[in-house]
Order: sequence, then structure tokens, then C-alpha cells
Amino acid sequence: MKVLVIEDEDELRNVIVSSLEKENFLVESAADYTAALDKVTGYQYDCILLDIMLPGGNGLSVLNALKKMKKQENVIIISAKNSVDDKVNGLNLGADDYLAKPFHLSELTARVKSVIRRKSMNGQNVIELNNVKIHVDDRLLYVNSEPVSLHRKEFDILAYFIANKNRLINKAALAEHIWGDHIDQADDFEFIYSQIKNLRKKLKDTGAQLEIQAVYGVGYKLIVP
Amino acid sequence: MKLLNYTLSYLSIALLVVVGVWAVIFYVNMLDEIYDSIDDGLENSKILIIRKVESDTTLIHKTEFMESNYAIHEITDNHALHVRDIYMDSTLYMQNEKDFEPVRMLKTVFRASNGKYYELQIVSSMVEEDDLIEDLFYAIVWLYIVLLASALIINNVLLRRVWKPFYTILDKLKNFRLGSNENFAAEKTNVSEFNILNETVSSLLQRNIAIFNSQKQFIENASHELQTPLAISINKLELLTEKNSLSGDQLKEISTVIESLERLTRLNKTLLLLSRIENRQFPQETSVNFNDLVLRLVSAFGDLSEFKSITIQVEQPGTCIYTLNAELAEIMLSNLIKNAILHNYPEGSVTITIHASGISVTNTSHTGALDETHIFDRFYKNSSAKNSTGLGLSIVKSIVDYYGYTIRYTYTNQHHTFAISF
Repeated sequence: MKVLVIEDEDELRNVIVSSLEKENFLVESAADYTAALDKVTGYQYDCILLDIMLPGGNGLSVLNALKKMKKQENVIIISAKNSVDDKVNGLNLGADDYLAKPFHLSELTARVKSVIRRKSMNGQNVIELNNVKIHVDDRLLYVNSEPVSLHRKEFDILAYFIANKNRLINKAALAEHIWGDHIDQADDFEFIYSQIKNLRKKLKDTGAQLEIQAVYGVGYKLIVP
Repeated sequence: MKLLNYTLSYLSIALLVVVGVWAVIFYVNMLDEIYDSIDDGLENSKILIIRKVESDTTLIHKTEFMESNYAIHEITDNHALHVRDIYMDSTLYMQNEKDFEPVRMLKTVFRASNGKYYELQIVSSMVEEDDLIEDLFYAIVWLYIVLLASALIINNVLLRRVWKPFYTILDKLKNFRLGSNENFAAEKTNVSEFNILNETVSSLLQRNIAIFNSQKQFIENASHELQTPLAISINKLELLTEKNSLSGDQLKEISTVIESLERLTRLNKTLLLLSRIENRQFPQETSVNFNDLVLRLVSAFGDLSEFKSITIQVEQPGTCIYTLNAELAEIMLSNLIKNAILHNYPEGSVTITIHASGISVTNTSHTGALDETHIFDRFYKNSSAKNSTGLGLSIVKSIVDYYGYTIRYTYTNQHHTFAISF
């Protein structure tokens, strides 16, 4: 899987690149408008992360260029401007998703995987990990081919964990992903613990070979042995 | 008092004085002229009568005025030598008026052809001064009324037209609001004073608008510029936490740093939101059903309220539908509901009541009444909740103000209520 990161801020670009490389993506990067245009015209990518404000031009023009070349790349806009207009414009120009800075790396990983899966797997959205099978679109979980019933949020949490498997997930990132923006001031995110406890119990009872590990004070980690 | 009437009130006093003084001078002059002219006539009669007496000596015995206007009396020589011509006011019984009327009388002395001295009295009818004064008074009153009326008309027609640029700029100033994104442009007029006023006010306001805009721009830019370094810091720390070489304590330390950075991020986002609300950057409006919105938000906060053992009740005596920006409607209510859950105690309750024209959110709390004058201020914090930005209620207030709604806070018996009326 090839991912192109178009971001002018060196440090941010580097950190995104390292994070994506951990997921075994082949990552390339561009720091300005011209470099970005060169890359998107010359190569094929599975996903492009696109910053809107670039030296030398607007990121939305890159989207336009892609559209003109009839390229089917998945594009996620990453912008410091969390404005509805930018979002609507970007999505209208063919972007697949919009992520406002600052974001959590686990959120970025989940989004990248989601857009790649949505397009390249042709609807066959099934992830297999050991004896666990997840049908992402149908929201079904099978352990040893036996269906396991999960509540909506439990499923969302599991999907998020699987997208970031073996990586430490900050509890704020998890809360934001599952409960949305409204919850951002809720103190300590302790309330997410009860959902995790239920999910853990269900995984354990059905004998799933997955383990949700709590990292005290920081967050959680899905261990795939 | 309006400017036009203000000048008129001074003008009416001034006119009264001027007209009054003029009337007195006019009256005195006119009377003087009348006396002068009557006296001339008497003088002329005197010469004619003396000549007539010389030719007709019987006339010397005409001692009564009767049908003519003169009378003659004999006087001693001694007396005659001390007499000079005297013009005097007197009265005479008039047959037509059946009353004594004022007359002008000339008393003079002459020596007849028989060598004796005679006193001649000649009268001429006079203007009746009281009638004259009365006539003059009414004329003056009418003049005054007409003058005032014409001044009023001139004021209202001409001055109103002349002062129109002034009223225009006054009206514009009254309706001008800093930050409403409109420019202040004054009309051109032919009056240089008004042009100077217009230019001065315009340039003053332009300067204020520019300062205001640059201040707004600064907050917006600063917030935007902060996003990238915040993103770098948080993401780098996240990568760091994934290094297996770190101990649990170190992880916890890093986690607290991330938490602080996230708080900063929230603060930053909130400031941006406030400045966007104030910049009126939420133009799209749709019909929002608040009953649906409240139920959706209550279910979104379900996990949080359950965790805190707080029961949320939604009472819906009415259906509340208004047209506004859906994002702002959601932010406004979610802030109120979130506050009601967070500033509560375990086993407490939140009651949301939806009327057709308003929504109220009531929560139980151990804290006493909040300071009504400051709760909507930015960065005002009553509780020590460590994750509170102190901006939640000021956002609610700006949204309420944005749409011209009102919000009221009341405290009764350990229950805090925020009520929005549309």
C-alpha cells in the first residue's frame, strides 16, 4: 500500500510518515505544491494525505488536478482550518475524508485504513485476526465462526482497536472517535472504561485470541498474539 | 427636545422681545407724527381765525365752541403779556359719542383791532389713544403669531432639508455596529461643515473597524497557527509512548503532557469557534427540531451520565422548531447539557424541558447560586473542574446573542436552571 503525505510542516510530515510506516505502508512525502503535483501526476497511490495550505498553491488545486487526470486516488484532507466550507469544498472536489489538525495518530491510521478498504477491497470488508473475523460494513463479529453480538459502541471500539492493533491508543483519542466532539470536556474519560470492560468480557468468554491491554493512565492497546 | 424645536423656542422669545420693542417705538413715533400734523393744522386755523376776526368783529363775542372749532375770551393786558402759544390735550363733550372725547387744543392770545387782548382756543379732534393701543396690540399679536408660524414652517421644510445630512449620519451612527462587516459611508452634501463631520466620523470609524478587524484576524490567525505546533507536539508524544523502552511512570508523565496539550487544543478550538460566531461565519440556516436534537444529545451523553449515575429527564410539553444554523444549535444545547451533567453530584438529576418557545436545562448541584453577572464571561470559572475551559457558557451566550434569543439563569433550592427563550 502506497501513501503520499503532502504537508509543508517538516516535523508534522515526519511524524505522520513514521506513524504510517509502523503500519507497513510505503510512504512518500511532498513538502510543497509543485512537489505534490509532480508526485501525483507521476505515480499511483492508494491514499493521499493532503494539507490545504501549501507553499506555492492551494491543496484544493491538487485535488482539481487529480480530478482532471481522472485519477481514483483516495484523498484525506488534513487542515488546520476546521471550517465547514473547506470541508464541503474538499468533499465536493472528490476528497474522501476530512481531518482537522490537530488529530490523534490513531485516528489518522483508522481513517487511512478505512478509505483504502472502502475502495480497494470492493466491498469485501472482512478483517481476519487469528480466530476473529470482523465484517466491517455489516458490523458483525465472528469468533471461531460463531457470531458474537456487540453493542454499537463496543463494535466501534473493537474496529478502532483493530485498525490500530499492537499500538498504544490514547484514551482521549478513543473517546473522541467513539463519542464524538461533544465529549471532549468530560473529565478524565473514565466513563469509557465500562464499555471496554464489557467488550473485554465478551472477547474472553468467546475465546477470542485478542487481548485488550490497559496501559495505566495512558490508554489501551490491542494485543494480537 | 429636537434640534429644530430647540432653535424655535429661542426664536420665539427673541421675536417677542423684538416685536414688543418695535411696537413701542412705532407707537411713540406714530403718535408724535399725529400730534405734529394736528398741531400744524391748529396753527393754520389760528392765522385764518385771527384774520377773520379782523374783518368781522362780531366774532369776538363767540365764547362757546358750539358748531365751529374755536372760542374767544377777553383777557386783561397784564395777563396777556405772560401768555404764549400752548398746545395741550383736553377733552370735549362730543354729541355723536355722547361722551367726553380727547381733543387737541391750541391756546393763543391776540390783540384785536379795538386794542384789547383776547384768548383764542382752537380744538381739533384727536385719535383715541386707548383704541389705537388696542388696535396696535392685536396687530402685534397677529404679527407675532404669523412670524412664529412661518418660522415653524420654514424650520420644518427648509431647515429639515438643510439638516438632512446631519440626520442621515445620526441615523447611520445609531444603527452602526462594530463587527457587523458593513462599511460606514457618508453622503456628500453641499454644506462644508456637514462634509467635515461626515469625513471625521467616517475616518474615525474606519480606523476603529480596521483595528477591530485586525484584532479579530489576529485571534483567528493565532489560533490557526497554534494548531500545527500542537499537532506536532501531540503526535510526537504519541509516537514516543509507543516505544517499548519506556517505563510505566514515564508513560504516565508523557500522558499528562498530552492531556495538557489537548486542553490547549480544546481552548484553541473554542476561541476559534467564538471568533467565528462573532464574525458571523455561520450563514447556512435550516429548520431545527429541538425535540429531536435534545433526544439525540441526551443519548450521546448517555454513557457519561450513566457513569456519573445521573438521571436525565426530558419533558416535552411542546414542539420547538426554529430556523438557525444546525451546528450552532447543537453546540449551544450540548454545552448546556454537558455542563448540567459535569457540574452535578452522583445520583443527581438533569431535567430538560422543551416548550414551543423555549428550552430549559435544570440540574442538581451542591454549589450555591452562581454569580449571574459573571457566569457568561469568558474564562469565568466557578468550579475547580480541571478540564473546564471556562468558555462553555460564553459560547452559549454568543450563540444566543447571535440569533437575538435570551438566556436566563435561576437558582432555587439547589437546582440550577438555564432557560433559553427564542
